[in-house]
Amino acid sequence: MDDLSRFKQTYFDESAELLAVAEAGLLRLAPGDVDMDEVNAIFRAVHSIKGGGGAFGFNELVAFAHEFETVMDGVRNATIPVTTALVDTLIRANDVLAQMLAYAGEGTDAPPGTTDGTVAALRRHLDAAAHAPEEAVHTPAPAPASAIPPAFPDDEDDEAGIFGDALAAIAAARDEGAPAAGPVPPGKIRWTVVFRPKAELLLSGNEPTFMLRALRRLGEAEIACHLDRLPALRDLDAELLHLHWTVTLIADPEVGRERIDDVFEFVADDCDIRITAEAPLPAVIETAAPPAAETAPALPALTQPAPAAAPAEAAAQPPAAKPAEPAKPRAAGNGSGGEHAGLTSHTIRVDLDKIDRLVNMVGEMVITQAMVAEHVRDLPPGQFQELLEGLEQLAQHTRELRENVMSIRAQPVSSVFSRMPRLVRECAGLTGKEVALVTSGENTEVDKTVVENLVDPLTHMIRNSIDHGLESPDERERVGKPRTGTVHLSAQHRSGRIVIEITDDGRGINRAKVLSKAIEKGLVAPGAALSDEEVDNLIFLPGFSTADQVSNLSGRGVGMDVVRRNISSLGGRIGVYSTPGEGSRFTLSLPLTLAVLDGMVISVGEERFVLPLTNIVESLRPKPEDLHGLVNKCDVMMARGEYVRLVHLHRLFGIPKAIDDATKGLVVLVETEDGSRLGLVVDEILGQQQVVIKSLESNFRRLEGVAAATILGDGRVALILDVAGLREMSRHGGDNPGGPRPASFPATPSLPASAGHDTRQRQTA
Amino acid sequence: MSSSMALATVGGTRTDALSLNGTEEQYVTFTVGNEEYGVNILAVREIRGWTPESRLPNLPDYVRGVINLRGIIIPIFDLRARFGGGGTEVTKRHVVVVMQVGERTRGILVDAISDILAIGQDAIKPPPDVDSGLIDAEYLSGLYTADNRMVTLLNVDKLFANEHGDHEPANRTAAAIDKAS
Repeated sequence: MDDLSRFKQTYFDESAELLAVAEAGLLRLAPGDVDMDEVNAIFRAVHSIKGGGGAFGFNELVAFAHEFETVMDGVRNATIPVTTALVDTLIRANDVLAQMLAYAGEGTDAPPGTTDGTVAALRRHLDAAAHAPEEAVHTPAPAPASAIPPAFPDDEDDEAGIFGDALAAIAAARDEGAPAAGPVPPGKIRWTVVFRPKAELLLSGNEPTFMLRALRRLGEAEIACHLDRLPALRDLDAELLHLHWTVTLIADPEVGRERIDDVFEFVADDCDIRITAEAPLPAVIETAAPPAAETAPALPALTQPAPAAAPAEAAAQPPAAKPAEPAKPRAAGNGSGGEHAGLTSHTIRVDLDKIDRLVNMVGEMVITQAMVAEHVRDLPPGQFQELLEGLEQLAQHTRELRENVMSIRAQPVSSVFSRMPRLVRECAGLTGKEVALVTSGENTEVDKTVVENLVDPLTHMIRNSIDHGLESPDERERVGKPRTGTVHLSAQHRSGRIVIEITDDGRGINRAKVLSKAIEKGLVAPGAALSDEEVDNLIFLPGFSTADQVSNLSGRGVGMDVVRRNISSLGGRIGVYSTPGEGSRFTLSLPLTLAVLDGMVISVGEERFVLPLTNIVESLRPKPEDLHGLVNKCDVMMARGEYVRLVHLHRLFGIPKAIDDATKGLVVLVETEDGSRLGLVVDEILGQQQVVIKSLESNFRRLEGVAAATILGDGRVALILDVAGLREMSRHGGDNPGGPRPASFPATPSLPASAGHDTRQRQTA
Repeated sequence: MSSSMALATVGGTRTDALSLNGTEEQYVTFTVGNEEYGVNILAVREIRGWTPESRLPNLPDYVRGVINLRGIIIPIFDLRARFGGGGTEVTKRHVVVVMQVGERTRGILVDAISDILAIGQDAIKPPPDVDSGLIDAEYLSGLYTADNRMVTLLNVDKLFANEHGDHEPANRTAAAIDKAS
């Protein structure tokens, strides 16, 4: 008995993998692009599930798998044409198969009728192939309420008699995916949102009305409420939700899928949501799932086949299936359809708070371990050999533990990258440009927080690349480039950071235009001599926008400076490299995690501080002749042919007993995110160390010049310095022992005009 | 009041304290110089010996700095300095009263803990009219007499509350701005 149940478990585990294989294959299956290997793989997967099921006596499952298999066999023999409708049906069949497996796994019988609808649909494809081979598209009839023009061959009427309710159920299900009537107003996008909350939604304190209202705020919404699941009054449980809705939303193109997803953010796990978009021809919305990429010509909308089960089935799902289910809407949004209701998966969903606590505790352990190690160093040698060995092992384990815990939070950037193809199509449609997006390195992993915060900057930058960077197809042809422009998005790990590059083969930055715009806006003094690189970097200045006309896409003047701010708030840097006529490349360099930081511990007086390693260029002890007095003080140092302003940390922070003379202490040459340099005068460099970032703000408040705090090996708190903040402070004269320095203090005397100083200072690389 | 009673109240909530003692509430009292102060026991999370702080730049002298309280970083305020007595010369015998006010935790440096008192609301006298230039009257919630000693009861919600700028973390703010735009 035990043996048998163990085999059963193996069967279910294998079946889960086979289902994933089948689904992945189905999602790649598209009309006109039938890969026979793929079809065979799907057939084999279904066949194996059927075979194993037979061995265990799961008769219903086997019967259904047989239907599925028969249709796949038809596809394999090319007797059944691959249509979008067929692929939809097959995907649904795959879901039903997953459900049947779940029931079998529980040892319960599936509720009667679970498979009816899908079986009917499968048989229709089979019949259509047998009786009407000339008919290419064969789709279930739309529901009576729907106002779809009769674009589908309408010969199901007699079948409806045979399959009765089942067909109606499919028709209803199809209806959800179908677009509402009427053309989409130009310049707008019509979203059809089918919102089917679970009956228990209200129990978790959620209120669907708010979500519907939120949707209405996004545009012109028409909301239809469906009562078909409403039970008779005597059966009505007032605490359960029996309604579902279909919302047709006519919205501006700026209202993206994310905005709609956001509305349902908190209930995504508790409902079945299908969102489809439709735009005026030509279609500009792309969906993530390949089978939807091609649709019958009568449907300008590209529907997204969510891997969700048909409604009747969803309602009948056993409680055990629920833990796996919440992943579904998300999986649909990401276009990865690996999730199956009802089957045990190899991943678990964990509250992020729990992981954060774990990360914190590991941080504590690292600190404690460092502390113990410090004390042990003072012990007489030789006497405590075993203790020392034990501690060495502990240190090793601690390091591994930390790496492992950090890797829990790591996520591949593909979750962000996968959103971009859609954005590109949207932008291409709106600008009338032809754009191909190439991505690479999607599997590069980085901390979840970093991933989340990448969405906005990347969205902005890709829009910019298409709107400003790429030329129109005609123009491209004129200059001898292919009509289709290419935007390349790549990610890779490089020396402990993640580097993301966005490269386009467009016209590059128009430096003359940028410069004249900057002068016009007063960002640069007229006549200032800037290098090409400096001009390119002007686009990161606040309030800068080169688009002559404010377009729908970008050019609202909140572009690249916001991007840069977001990136630097993540501890990252951004750079741009442009070649006129050949394109531009934007490079983002970000830390892999926001929880730890590579820092250099420095001392000033009796205090210790941590400087982020990414800010440090080099450290040196200047010779007296390198220092140049301005207004009788050593404020400027010559370093590698450039004048760098010196900032005495002890003056800025009022620290007593520190070394004032830079020739007796050290100068740490630091660079801020925007490339300007400072020389920080400190007493000593104590060493490089990974530190755990701790918030100063959660119990106190933000301090100028301080980014955060950390705890060093001896348990003492050290502040992590914010180099950009220090620069701001020193500009306001905090570095001057004799009082505020005149604001016009020339930091880089090589520039003639005073307005240019600011710019130069920011842009010096 | 028995000590077990005191513990029960510490563990409970404010309403528990009221239901147990009617209008009585418990106060932890401590000394700073020759003066004795009291704070509501419900706000006191722990009392710990003095450990060296890390200084924070460019802040008034009553902000002594920050310490590591089992992994969280909390600010330490010097009550003597706040009331104009100059910075405390700390010794190992000084103590920090760690208080939880709302979401925030902070420590107050005092000379020594002196007592736990159960004080009836009607025994608390309002603070006399004092020159607001000398004392921040809003810090004081009342005066109490215990065995001929005067105990100044402090309003923990107000105490050093203005030292917490309500700054959001910078990156969150930036993200919010970007979302809004």
